[in-house]
Amino acid sequence: MSDNTVGTTNRLEATDPGGAPRGGVVISGLTLSFGRGEARKEILRGIDLDVPAGKITGLAGESGSGKTMTGLAVCGLLPAGADLGGSIRFEDTELIGLKQRSMNRFRGAKIAMIFQDPSASLHPMLTIEAQLVDHYRHHTGASKRAGRERALEMLGLVAVPHPEAALRKYPHQFSGGQLQRIAIASALMCEPSVLIADEPTTALDVTVQAGILRLLRKLCDELGIAIILVTHDLGVMSALADTIAVMRMGEIVEHGDRYEVITAPRHPYTKALIDALPESGARSSDGTES
Amino acid sequence: MTERGMTDVLAVQTRRKGRLRISKQLRTPLAITGGAIVVFWLVIALLAPSISPYDPLAQDFERLQAPGAEHWFGTDQVGRDVLSRVVSGAQVSIPLALMLVVFAMLIGSVLGAIAGYFGKAIDEMIMRIADLVFAFPTIILAMVIAAALGPSLTNAVIAMLIVSWPAYARVTRSLVLGARNAEYVIAGRLLGNGPFTSLGKDILPNVISPVVVLATLDVGTAILLLSGLSFLGLGAVPPTPDWGSMVADGVQQFSSWWIAAFPGLAILTVVLAFNFLGDALRDALDPRSQEAVQGRAL
Amino acid sequence: MTLLKLDDLEVSYKLPGRGSLKAVDSVSFDLEPRQVLGLVGESGCGKSTLARAVCGLEPASSGSISFNGRPVGKLGLRKRDPALMRIQMVFQNPFASLNPRRTIGSQIEDGLRVNPDRDAWSVPDLLEHVELDPASRSRFPHQFSGGQRQRVAIARAIAAGPELLIGDEPIASLDASLQARIAILMRNLAVETGAALLFISHDLSVVRVIADDVAVMSAGRIVERGPVDRVWSAPEHPYTQRLLAAIPVVDGLGVLPG
Repeated sequence: MSDNTVGTTNRLEATDPGGAPRGGVVISGLTLSFGRGEARKEILRGIDLDVPAGKITGLAGESGSGKTMTGLAVCGLLPAGADLGGSIRFEDTELIGLKQRSMNRFRGAKIAMIFQDPSASLHPMLTIEAQLVDHYRHHTGASKRAGRERALEMLGLVAVPHPEAALRKYPHQFSGGQLQRIAIASALMCEPSVLIADEPTTALDVTVQAGILRLLRKLCDELGIAIILVTHDLGVMSALADTIAVMRMGEIVEHGDRYEVITAPRHPYTKALIDALPESGARSSDGTES
Repeated sequence: MTERGMTDVLAVQTRRKGRLRISKQLRTPLAITGGAIVVFWLVIALLAPSISPYDPLAQDFERLQAPGAEHWFGTDQVGRDVLSRVVSGAQVSIPLALMLVVFAMLIGSVLGAIAGYFGKAIDEMIMRIADLVFAFPTIILAMVIAAALGPSLTNAVIAMLIVSWPAYARVTRSLVLGARNAEYVIAGRLLGNGPFTSLGKDILPNVISPVVVLATLDVGTAILLLSGLSFLGLGAVPPTPDWGSMVADGVQQFSSWWIAAFPGLAILTVVLAFNFLGDALRDALDPRSQEAVQGRAL
Repeated sequence: MTLLKLDDLEVSYKLPGRGSLKAVDSVSFDLEPRQVLGLVGESGCGKSTLARAVCGLEPASSGSISFNGRPVGKLGLRKRDPALMRIQMVFQNPFASLNPRRTIGSQIEDGLRVNPDRDAWSVPDLLEHVELDPASRSRFPHQFSGGQRQRVAIARAIAAGPELLIGDEPIASLDASLQARIAILMRNLAVETGAALLFISHDLSVVRVIADDVAVMSAGRIVERGPVDRVWSAPEHPYTQRLLAAIPVVDGLGVLPG
């Protein structure tokens, strides 16, 4: 995107103490809880995470570990009643405590999110064109024509075949893999600096998954987008993430270079996760181990 | 997977408190008001003979007395005490309405469940009959049937049973249609459940709560309809102290407002109370209110 | 004697409007007693339809299924043929496969009731075998996590004393760290009770661990079948090769698959 060059030059200016490099997100001491008193449930207990531009930061862990909630917190999509503490800095802005209206400027535009089920993020009764273009025009105030051109460009970028025809179709007319590509195109419409991908390939077949993984890598490398990859799938992690943060019960127990986390995990929990993989749990361990 | 897992965690939490939450939802002001009024009328109905100040049928007093110390609700056009008649009327209207609704629900849900589960010809037959009933306005059809059977409370109840079961049949049928292919139902079939075992053990217990809610909401309507039939002279035969026929009597004595007003008020409060209760029950049992709690976690 | 025999089986669905979709297309295979067969393929390849047909839940449009020499017809509205109750299935979604209004103990008892060998198991016994607390029999499904519910579903199926246990994507909805364990548990219980296992999954890495044989399904057909190690190391069919190549390897090297 054209923004990319600007991003590089601004990076120097923006790295004042406490500020994130342009396009990245710096999370520090993030806490999240629901409820009060005895019913209080702590979901995140002090997350520190650097999400630099042009890198894919993986968040691994089991369900309930808080990895999805971390993604939602960055996106400002937490459910009502969430009690958020600590800091999430995006460029020069502190996102925590931001008014709903100011947050709307970032959400879906500068910070976008894609989910496990792409059909859930697309309106079933609207054409692809209506969804992509309206969203873009809402954030940028661009003309209909400009919006349409942008949509065509993005559909081309994510390699949806026949973008012109695709714009006129409805979500149910696409396969899961194509729909995820369209959801990604929709997320890219407003030139986001940060893309949160929550289990983006979990619902897809492995052969389709391979294509989406390549696409995400390309977006990161070519557009310099910071990607937060949330997944429980260590195979996907190993293929795509640059660094891996392993979460457990609302904390990051280990964060480091992909190769090191996977081949030489330091935390026992990471080791247990890797040992639970069927490849390493050979058939000889039947019964006794489980 | 994460999302499902997360939902799971929260679902378990919220559902563990399920009972507590339902009672909480039933503790809204409206629900409490509704419950209190219903209890009040049930007590009145139970104690009617001992608490009614005079004999509800005795024409012992001066006609058309306005409410006063002697006759709190006044007397009617033949000199009967209106308060005593309203109190005794609770014994007529409320049990009849409850019975009516229970039977309509039983007949309707059984037929609906059979239609939904077996489908095909049986479904066609049951549902076409239901459609036939649906094709006419409820009150008019009930009037026609009641008129054909001759005026009596029993006949009014039969007429209303005929017009009110199809609503239950329809709701139950669609619920059964939605549940009959659930995995636990199929798992049961694979373990040898026949169709009726399957319906009774697996399907109905899981889908029946909306039908019960519908029934609660219907008690009010039933009282209204019964009163309506009596009002039109198709239900209770004089001198039975039925609220509907009392209102009908009162309307003819326009200047003596109390004759119609007090039984009318009784109908109003009971109908409202059952509606409040039904609404609260619907909110409490609505699976969406549970999902809303879980959904927020995502 | 062959336990399960599929002969040129075809199952098709009527599509809304005109035409039909062949979900299972001339599939033939044999399954021997006590054999563990993994059936893998991508979504929409017909593997679940195949499983449902074997349980009598989908009618065959042509060809035949026989179990212990007895033809498997569609389970209509009648009670299931007791001989066919020796086929039991564990479903994909543990949140839908247990009756929410009944205790897990009574649901497992449903299984015991149809077991020809009545004293083979008791409920606490079964719960212990699926690694649940025997005291939890009086609890309701919502008090369990997804993995625990799947264990209950396995216990219920095993309670019926099956000769053929089918798992229709039984681990797809579970947490990653649980998937292999539940799959291994299913295999072990099947082997221990002398049942054959037809394990359907899109996850080849798990199938590789638990199955003796693997069959690869694509577009309604079985394109390759063989011992799991052979298929894994030397896939013959191009589709199998593509499928295997697409699995990301957990080596930390950052190599994109496919």
